[in-house]
Amino acid sequence: MSPLHENENDASQDAATGIRGWLNRRTGLDSLLRGALDEPIPGGARLAYIFGSGLLFIFLSQIITGVFLALYYVPSADHAHTTVAYITKSVTAGSFLRGLHSYGASAMIVVLLLHLSQTYLYGAYKGRRELLWFSGCVLFVLVLGMAFTGYLLPWDQKAYFATAVGTNAASEMPLVGESVKRLMRGGTDMGTLTISRFFVAHVFLIPACIFALVASHLFLFRKVGAAGPFTEDPLEPKQKPEFFYPRQILMDLSLTALLIIGLGCLAFFMPVPLGPPANPSDAQYIPRPEWYYLPIFQWLKYWHGVASVIGVLVIPTLLALAIVALPFLDRSVERRPWKRPVAMSAYLFVMCALLGLGLRSKYLDRHDPEIAQQLAKQNSEEVAYMSKPFEPELSSASLAAANVALADPLAAKGKAIFESHYCTACHGEEGVGSAAAPALIGVGAKFSTDQITELLRHPTAKMKAGGMPTPELSPDEMKALVAYVASLK
Amino acid sequence: MKIGADDAGNTPRWKFSTAQPFDEQRRSFLGTLLALGSLCVGALLAVPLIRFALFPLLRRTTELKASPVGSLTEFSSLSEPIERTIQIEQVDGWRKAVSEKAVYVTKGAQGQLLVLSSICPHLGCTVPWVSEKREFSCPCHGAVYAPDGARISGPCLRGMDTLETSEQDGQLLVRFQYFRQLVADKEVIG
Repeated sequence: MSPLHENENDASQDAATGIRGWLNRRTGLDSLLRGALDEPIPGGARLAYIFGSGLLFIFLSQIITGVFLALYYVPSADHAHTTVAYITKSVTAGSFLRGLHSYGASAMIVVLLLHLSQTYLYGAYKGRRELLWFSGCVLFVLVLGMAFTGYLLPWDQKAYFATAVGTNAASEMPLVGESVKRLMRGGTDMGTLTISRFFVAHVFLIPACIFALVASHLFLFRKVGAAGPFTEDPLEPKQKPEFFYPRQILMDLSLTALLIIGLGCLAFFMPVPLGPPANPSDAQYIPRPEWYYLPIFQWLKYWHGVASVIGVLVIPTLLALAIVALPFLDRSVERRPWKRPVAMSAYLFVMCALLGLGLRSKYLDRHDPEIAQQLAKQNSEEVAYMSKPFEPELSSASLAAANVALADPLAAKGKAIFESHYCTACHGEEGVGSAAAPALIGVGAKFSTDQITELLRHPTAKMKAGGMPTPELSPDEMKALVAYVASLK
Repeated sequence: MKIGADDAGNTPRWKFSTAQPFDEQRRSFLGTLLALGSLCVGALLAVPLIRFALFPLLRRTTELKASPVGSLTEFSSLSEPIERTIQIEQVDGWRKAVSEKAVYVTKGAQGQLLVLSSICPHLGCTVPWVSEKREFSCPCHGAVYAPDGARISGPCLRGMDTLETSEQDGQLLVRFQYFRQLVADKEVIG
């Protein structure tokens, strides 16, 4: 062994040999891993603490499935629905991956609510954990933002109308409402720009924010330490700690396993449907949001006119402020639920209200015969669409032919001449060009019709060398051909 | 109950103080087991992802469907080649392009039905049928072909290209393809 290598070994205190030792001396991987695993948990590992890592797992799964879905997805009003239909109906495992992503979004909300509830009920936001709680609140909003923006992307009836309602709700805000709505939609109406905006938010902006906030959430968590059971002092834990590894990690992994099995079974046995493509002129369609937005949806129904400011802005803002400012409002170090009657009642009240509103919305839909009938019809349309095989979208090149015929009868006659005189043989269909002759697309922009006529009557030396014949045409036929050639775009 | 007191009901079964040396061997054995387990589950989950990503490679995503030329009875008593415009549908992933191509339906040496591509195998011009001379004659560089598409004269290196045909419900179907020009043997491209 060279002296250099000996020095290297001497410099390292680590006795590990082989690849692991080599890596470790360069990265300090072992101490990083130890640092991550040897997180002390006051009072020991518990099932109540598993939701945070459950969320991390779902987030990871959403990233992976999302990246793969983007292999086929195209964010434009023209193609979004076709590409999602292609993923769902044609691509191997496409329906399964889309199902994982779609159900994953719902699972994210469920586990997020559980994580939030555990933190709240255990008083785990107390004791210098204001920023930790705050970053969690922002993450909650970001996850709801992911759900909202992702819902539009398939561009089916359901997605289109739910988002139309969702963005309309924003316009209920006083003063800035209309501007916010226009900003979200990229215009007054929903269209291809709306998809672009939602796509960019869903794929770049919000995920970037989530990455940053998850990092700070974890950092703040490790800085202040695990809060432990609600009998623990939030500032100076006294109960015997247990390391995160191995028992807590096993509990966390059991939730992960449950999520994998649950999401896998749902995606496999209950494929997420795709409805017919969005039809903005459908006046009958009754939009309904995904279950996690139902309480808000129902809530907004109760507020109209001047009072809507209270319902849409004042109450939600106050509630959001109260939640965010919770660690500042509740300064006591008491964590046992039975000693926190106000906090517990508030939690029960909010949860019951959300549940009640959601159920009320479902109840109303079921007991209004007209709505129930329309919803059933929409559902059957979705089933009917899903049972049809995938139909590829007709490319714009195919449609161009029909458009010319409609636009200008002279050009349409010219097209017939172009084809009957075998111009397509070298210049290609629609003048797209071939190895034998250049494309004629855009010729109309470069030359006037007189110039084109002149070139056709007296081809240049270069044209002749390339095998361009002089077409024998009557003046009328020539006019038609030139009109067609000039129209090629 | 005083805050910070040990709640006896929830004491973990394996308790150790952070100061105590932990069972390194047991820990690393469990760690290996977990790593292996995660690896297996990860590999299992990667299967649909890989199949999803490889879909275009394992399945034909660009395909040319057979296009109908006409009914067989129409071509039962051909005296000379007749031109037909067929619509070809080319599928490219989730989209398709429909274009029109001219083909000739003619009879071969044994009286069998042939469908010829109208593209000249010399340089790709469209070859018209010249009824008076009973021959195909290319306007570009003068290649001449017999009614069954066989090469008679000119700069071309082979006869006109026959296309793959099939019959279905009394209909003549043809699969349109492009062939390499300027070579003696028929060779599919694109």
